[in-house]
Amino acid sequence: MTQQASDGSTAIEVVGLTKRYDTVDAISDINFQIKTGEIFGLLGPNGAGKTTTLRILITVLTPTSGSARVHGFDVCQEATKVRRIIGYVPQERAIDRFLSGREHLLLLGDLYHLSKQDTLRRIDEILKLVNLEDKADQRARDYSGGMKRKLDIACGLIPDPKVLFMDEPTLGLDVESRLRIWEHVLGLKERGITVVLTTNYLDEADQLCDRVAIIDEGKVRVIGSPKKLKADLGGDGISLALLESEREIDTLMSSLQALPGIRTVKANGAGLDIRVDTAEAALPRVLETVAKSGHGVDAIDYHRPRLDDVFVAHTGHAFRNEASVNTDG
Amino acid sequence: MADYIQETLALTMRWVTRLSRERFSLLFTLAQPMLFWLILFGSLFQGAVDIRGIDAPNYMSFLAAGVVVMTVLNNGLAGGVDLLFDKENGFLERLLTSPISRSSIIVSRYIFVMGITSMQVVVILLVAYFFGVHPETGFGGVAGTVIIGLLFGIGLTSISMAMAFAVKSHGDFFSVIGFLSLPAIFLSTALVPFDAMPGWMAFLAHLNPMTYAIEAIRSLILVGWALAPLVKVVLVMIAFDALCLYGSVGIFKRNVG
Ligand SMILES: Nc1ncnc2c1ncn2[C@@H]1O[C@H](COP(=O)(O)OP(=O)(O)OP(=O)(O)O)[C@@H](O)[C@H]1O
Ligand SMILES: [Mg+2]
Repeated sequence: MTQQASDGSTAIEVVGLTKRYDTVDAISDINFQIKTGEIFGLLGPNGAGKTTTLRILITVLTPTSGSARVHGFDVCQEATKVRRIIGYVPQERAIDRFLSGREHLLLLGDLYHLSKQDTLRRIDEILKLVNLEDKADQRARDYSGGMKRKLDIACGLIPDPKVLFMDEPTLGLDVESRLRIWEHVLGLKERGITVVLTTNYLDEADQLCDRVAIIDEGKVRVIGSPKKLKADLGGDGISLALLESEREIDTLMSSLQALPGIRTVKANGAGLDIRVDTAEAALPRVLETVAKSGHGVDAIDYHRPRLDDVFVAHTGHAFRNEASVNTDG
Repeated sequence: MADYIQETLALTMRWVTRLSRERFSLLFTLAQPMLFWLILFGSLFQGAVDIRGIDAPNYMSFLAAGVVVMTVLNNGLAGGVDLLFDKENGFLERLLTSPISRSSIIVSRYIFVMGITSMQVVVILLVAYFFGVHPETGFGGVAGTVIIGLLFGIGLTSISMAMAFAVKSHGDFFSVIGFLSLPAIFLSTALVPFDAMPGWMAFLAHLNPMTYAIEAIRSLILVGWALAPLVKVVLVMIAFDALCLYGSVGIFKRNVG
């Protein structure tokens, strides 16, 4: 099972993980491995089961069945050993508004049983890393969303973790803050830290993660590097917006389907999503067929495969998110 | 062991820091029992020594024990509130992912609540002193009062913390607390003695552990070192604490075990 990696070792191994609430499975039979030094993303829409998976890995939730190991330690049987080597950046801002940033870090230093000198040294280092030195002694109540996020990350780094878990690290941040967080994450990778993050931003998974697991309705649909997932999908996408989109289009769809070089044709409400071998070859034929059918074309867009195409191909439906502000991949 | 002390101390200091930052709430917590119950309520009924069964020089020296125990009751029942907020904003989860013995979270809470309560009890007795309430048992009685308060407080704090973990929303938590605290006060001898109550209330007051704490403290203030109420309160409190802990430990284990 060894895979190519920075040092080839496995940081996390998840086998058959299932968590059931009453009668519904929040996640079912999740399997994946994460290599040391990787940035691994769990990508999925709201309610997919990302947080559930992560909370089992950080030892605060017991799975109904299956097992998970972090650097060889079982998250249930050897929870304390796991806790010593992981850091956690929660989805909600888990911040005590009455304490200053530095007080958060001092508290955590004691909870990780560091000596006073170690704690102080590490706090200096981490505050510099996340760029929070100026505000460290200010009450967290007065922090902006982005500063709270930085403090969250700083808290996750206090144990000098081998693996850092981040739940939706950039949820609700503006573009600039998101980019800065991405930079931090890449910096952590450079220091040899394995980063496991969840996200429901396709672009985040695409640009930041070495590998992603696409999760939907509690199941892993596909795992791989974004590049490979897109390459495996092959072909290009063509989107047609049709005039009078309410008109009957079944005949059009079947005649398109019959053309050479066409893989799939799907109606999307406003028009059609068509997957083709190459857009350049297919486009003239597609347009000709549409013209013959008497439909009018409102807009045409064609593109190389994107991560949302990967998502559609493996889940059978489009990536949708209430919380999403940006879904291009 | 050194680790346990380090983490428990750090967690306890966090509660202290938080309280010191909430000046307003601190003031209210400290001043409320004194201002409202002891001074206002006490002065209102100061002349009413002829309430049936009051065996005291004045109403305030009768009331002092009730105010002390009411304070213990309120602090204890509210003892889980901060854990409730930690649970709701995810801070608890952060604590739970660190390599601590999780009992240190619970223990830090006991230390904090008991510490604050003891200080408050002493301040109440001090204020009462200036209003002419001079305990028969002197400093020893003050110590005894604090100990009885702690015995009662441990059980209450346990219930409150267990409830903080068990409830689905903080609305539920505050409803239950509100529901418990007023009947507990009125169905006890905090404000009036047994003789002034209708029979059914006196009966229920006898089943209320709070009554025994009040009676023992009142005897320390008004009578002296009488043995009977002290023995009674120790037995009742041991039973009460055992019951509360028995009910709570399972919930603690499930949530932070
Ligand atoms: N304590 C719980 N009781 C019952 N159902 C739960 C509980 N926690 C989670 N679920 C359900 O499990 C599913 C997965 O939830 P989870 O929080 O893991 O999703 P997620 O992928 O993190 O979503 P989001 O992007 O919104 O954070 C959801 O359908 C959720 O309703
Ligand atoms: Mg989530």
